[in-house]
Amino acid sequence: MEIFGKSLPALLSQLLLGLVNGSFYAILSLGLAVIFGLLNVINFAHGALFMLGAVLTWMGMNYLGLGYWWMLFLAPLTVGLFGVVIERTMLRWLYKLDHLYGLLLTLGLTLLIEGLLRSIYGVSGLNYDTPELLEGASNLGFMMLPNYRVWVVVASITVCMATWFVIEKTRLGAYLRAGTENPRLVEAFGINVPLMVTLTYGFGVALAAFAGVLAAPVIQVSPLMGQNLIIVVFAVVVIGGMGSILGSILTGLGLGIVEGFTKVFYPEASSTVVFVIMVIVLLTRPAGLFGKEK
Amino acid sequence: MNYKNIGYALLLLALLVAPFAGAYPVFIMKLMCFALFASAFNLLLGYTGLLSFGHAAFLGGAAYVAGHAIKVWQLTPEVGLLLGTLGAAGMGWVFGVLAIRRQGIYFAMITLALAQMVFFLCLQAPMTGGEDGLQGVPRGKLFGLLSLQDDLTMYYVALAIVVAAFLLIVRIIHSPFGQVLKAIKENEPRSISLGYDTQRFKLLAFVLSAALAGLAGSLKTLVLGFATLSDVHWTASGQVVLMTLVGGMGTLSGPILGSALVIVLENKIGEMGGWLAKLSGVQWFSSLGESVTIVTGLIFVVCVLAFRRGVMGELIAWLGNRKKS
Repeated sequence: MEIFGKSLPALLSQLLLGLVNGSFYAILSLGLAVIFGLLNVINFAHGALFMLGAVLTWMGMNYLGLGYWWMLFLAPLTVGLFGVVIERTMLRWLYKLDHLYGLLLTLGLTLLIEGLLRSIYGVSGLNYDTPELLEGASNLGFMMLPNYRVWVVVASITVCMATWFVIEKTRLGAYLRAGTENPRLVEAFGINVPLMVTLTYGFGVALAAFAGVLAAPVIQVSPLMGQNLIIVVFAVVVIGGMGSILGSILTGLGLGIVEGFTKVFYPEASSTVVFVIMVIVLLTRPAGLFGKEK
Repeated sequence: MNYKNIGYALLLLALLVAPFAGAYPVFIMKLMCFALFASAFNLLLGYTGLLSFGHAAFLGGAAYVAGHAIKVWQLTPEVGLLLGTLGAAGMGWVFGVLAIRRQGIYFAMITLALAQMVFFLCLQAPMTGGEDGLQGVPRGKLFGLLSLQDDLTMYYVALAIVVAAFLLIVRIIHSPFGQVLKAIKENEPRSISLGYDTQRFKLLAFVLSAALAGLAGSLKTLVLGFATLSDVHWTASGQVVLMTLVGGMGTLSGPILGSALVIVLENKIGEMGGWLAKLSGVQWFSSLGESVTIVTGLIFVVCVLAFRRGVMGELIAWLGNRKKS
C-alpha cells in the first residue's frame, strides 16, 4: 500500500515517531507555559532539566541499581526539589525586574548544569535499556508497533491531560489561575502565593524531568540532549501562544507530527520545518494560534 | 577633560602601540571584532531595550557571506566586508519584521528560533562547508592596492574600521534618533502617545545593530581567514549577551570591556585552572580548560543576581556618587 509514493508502514512509523517527539514538545511547552504564567520567567533551563531527568535515571540505574519505574518517579521528584531550591535561592529575587533577567539567569544555570555533567560524562551518549515490560513490538498486521513508543505517547498525553484537569477544573487550579491574573489580590485573600509560586516552578521542572526519563530509551542520553530541543520548544511556544494549556498540548503534538511527515517527504527540512511554521504563524496570526494579544 | 575622554584616549593609544609592545596582533584583532559585535548588540539591548537572542546569525552569517565573496567570487576585501554587512542588514530586516510583531520575552524567543534556523541552513547549505566551515579565505589587497597579508597592515586597517564603527554607534546614540530609542526603552506606550512610530524605530535599530554585528563577523573572517559554524551557534548569541552584561549594558564602554574580559577568560582559563590546581591541590581544577561553559554559566548567574549594572555601570555609578558628595 502506498500513499504519495511512500509505503504506508514507513509513513505510520514516522507518524508515531513524530507523535513521540510531539509529546515531549507538549510536556515541555506546557511546563514553560505554567511557569511563565505565574513567575513571568521564561525558563531557559527547561532543556537542561529535561536532560537532568534522563541522566539521573541513568545514574540511578547504574550506580544504585534502581529500575526504570522507580526512576520514573524519583527523577522528577529530585529535579522538582532542585527546582524548588533554584526558585527559593535565586529566581525569587528577579520577579520585580525585567523579564530578561529571568531568562539570563536560567541560561546561566543551563550552561552550569550542562557544563558540569559534560565534564563528568563527556558528550557521547549514555544508553539505558527499555524496561522489560515494554520491550518488543506488537504486530498490527500492516505495521510493527514498538511498545515503548506507544507507552511514551500514552504516558505523556495522560500527564498533560491530568495537568490540564488540575489547572482548569480544581480549586487548586483556580487559585493558580487567579494568581496568574492578579497575585496581590489572591494574597490578600490569605493564600500563600510565594509558596504556590515555588511549588509551581518545582512542578514545571519536574514535568521536564519526567519527559527526560521517558525520552532516554528513545533518544540518546547526553549532557547536550536538551540544547536543541529547548529552542524548538521555544518556537512551539511562540506558535501556540502561552495563553492556553490545551493549546500548548495540541500545538506540541501537532508540530511533532508535522516534523515526522517532513522526515518522510523532505528530510533536509525536518530540522527547520518548525521554525518555518513559526514564521508563517507570525505573519498571519502574530499572537499565536491559541494566544490572546494583550 | 573628564575621566571618560581620558579613558578612550588611553585605550586608543594602547591599541595603536600594542603591536610594538609585544601583543599578538591577530589576538587583539579578534578582541576588537568581538568588541564591535558586543557594542552593536548593546545598541539594541542597552539603548532600545530589545533582547535579541539571535545575533549569532548576523555575526556568523555575515562571516560566511564575506568569506564566500572573497574566496569564491575573488572580490577585494572591502567589497567582501560590504557584502557581509549588507547581508547581515538584510537578515536583520527579516528578523526584525518578524520578531517585532511580538513583545517582551517572545521577542527573545523568536530571534533565538530564527537564528537556530539560520544555523541549520548553514549546516546543510553546500556553500558553507558544513561542519568544517569555510576555510582558507585569502586577505587579498584592500582596494586592489594595499596587501593585507602582513599582520601589521591588517591590524591598522582593522583598527580603523572598528574605531569608525564605534564612532558611528556613539553618533547614533547621541542623535535625536538615539534619544527616541532610549524613550522607547524607558516607556514605550508613552513614546507612542507622543506620536512616534515605535515599531519603525525598533526595526531600524534592529537593522543597524545587525549590520554592525555583520561588519564584525565579516572582519573576523578577513582577519582569521575562516568562517565556522560556532559563530552561528546559539552559544555565540549567549556569549554576546554575557559580554554586554558583564561590561555593563547601556554604557558605551561596557561592551568593549566585557568582550575583552570574556574572550581573555576563555583563552586563559586552562592556565588559570592549572594554577588553581597547583595552589589548592584539587585535581579537578586542571580540567577547567575543557569546561569553559561551567565558568561562563557561573558568571551569568552571579552577574544577574548581584552585579546587574556590570563593571562599567558600577564604575559610572560610583563616580556619579562621588561627584555628588
